[in-house]
Amino acid sequence: MTEEKMLKVEKIRRGTVIDHIPVGRSFQVLKILNISSDPGITVSIAIHVKSKKMGLKDVVKIEDRILDSSELNKIALIAEGATITIVEDYEVIKKFVVVLPDIITGILKCSNGRCISNMENSVKPSFTLLSKNPLTIKCHYCEREMETDEIFGSIT
Amino acid sequence: MWLNRDIVSIGDLSVDEIMEVIDRANEMLPYASSGHPKSPLANKIVATLFYEPSTRTRLSFESAAMRLGAKVLGFGSLEATSVAKGETLSDTIRIVNSYSDAIVLRHPSEGAARLASEFADVPVINAGDGAGQHPTQTILDIFTIWKESGPVNGKSIGFVGDLKYGRTVHSLSKALSLFDVSLYFISPDELKIPKHIKKDIEKRVAVKETKSLDDVISDLDVLYVTRIQKERFPDIEEYKKVAGVYVIRPSLISRGRKNLIVMHPLPRVDEIPPEIDNLPQAKYFKQASYGVPVRMAILDLILRGE
Repeated sequence: MTEEKMLKVEKIRRGTVIDHIPVGRSFQVLKILNISSDPGITVSIAIHVKSKKMGLKDVVKIEDRILDSSELNKIALIAEGATITIVEDYEVIKKFVVVLPDIITGILKCSNGRCISNMENSVKPSFTLLSKNPLTIKCHYCEREMETDEIFGSIT
Repeated sequence: MWLNRDIVSIGDLSVDEIMEVIDRANEMLPYASSGHPKSPLANKIVATLFYEPSTRTRLSFESAAMRLGAKVLGFGSLEATSVAKGETLSDTIRIVNSYSDAIVLRHPSEGAARLASEFADVPVINAGDGAGQHPTQTILDIFTIWKESGPVNGKSIGFVGDLKYGRTVHSLSKALSLFDVSLYFISPDELKIPKHIKKDIEKRVAVKETKSLDDVISDLDVLYVTRIQKERFPDIEEYKKVAGVYVIRPSLISRGRKNLIVMHPLPRVDEIPPEIDNLPQAKYFKQASYGVPVRMAILDLILRGE
């Protein structure tokens, strides 16, 4: 078994492995998952891991936590193309790649302070994906275009 | 196609649709000052909800509705409304939806008209949402070019003044980039057109950016002037210096093409002195007057659908 495979699944009994994170993005992944506020969760981070596909990548293993769909959408925003492996009793029960949808709803707010979506509670912020590289989205309401750093800072 | 359609952002309209509105506005022109003899919108009610003060936009919408025989209700200030009691926009829209056949909305928050369109069954027309969109202004600007200067295709159009914050410039230059035109952006460094807008426009048409109006005046068919606002400059002396450079003088106009037209979204301050007003090139009052036929055309299209 290669070192890469061990990192992914070997040592985890139950939880989630997030593989193929673009190098340097693992800390953002942890941030949006709010890991630091839960001391009961064991997290392993591997950064600058050699990868045939990506050159270098980051990998995050989270024990005893299965991510929900909102969290997966957030990961898609930060690390499009990341591979999610869900493990129960040392067995891989699900493995898939997160893909960014064309319409992104409910996981970030508009960075424009004057946007109506930041004023009215009844509004669910919604964004259209304009480009994956560089990551660019457009607010459905005020039409503000947001790029990577602005997007990462606006995840709720 | 048009019946019950929301007019929220100029980006929602194709060139063909913009031209359709312009043709209809041209048909409306004779009735813009005397009223449509058939009152095609009799029995219709247009609600004008103005959360921000506006003179031209509100009055021209109301005039347009009345010229077509429609009745108008609404408010132009918030003092006597439920908004003053804290009612949300979505609630107000739900209510007004049942009182009217179309809603014209001016609101300080960007995206407000898009939101309103989601809560209203009747069509919503965006009459300006903060620094965001003001599509009927954009259409009336294009109508003015078409009417006063001839076909839009082939024109060289220069924007001068505050190109950074001026929403009319952003929407109009984007819309014009759908035509076959050359665009000139003339401004001080502090007030240049935002990069993302320029980048987008450059995909479709030739763009020239310069600080000097003198250098390009003879290339232009249309000069679109905007106000440079004092508030944009921390230092009043710096403002005076910059603003002074972009004042439109008769000597400048005389170096332009014979058929040059000068436009301005108004209100103007010092950037166009009164001695320009009587020159044949001055079209800004005409431009403001076209607000009525253009808004008549839009109301007629979305309320009758034909």
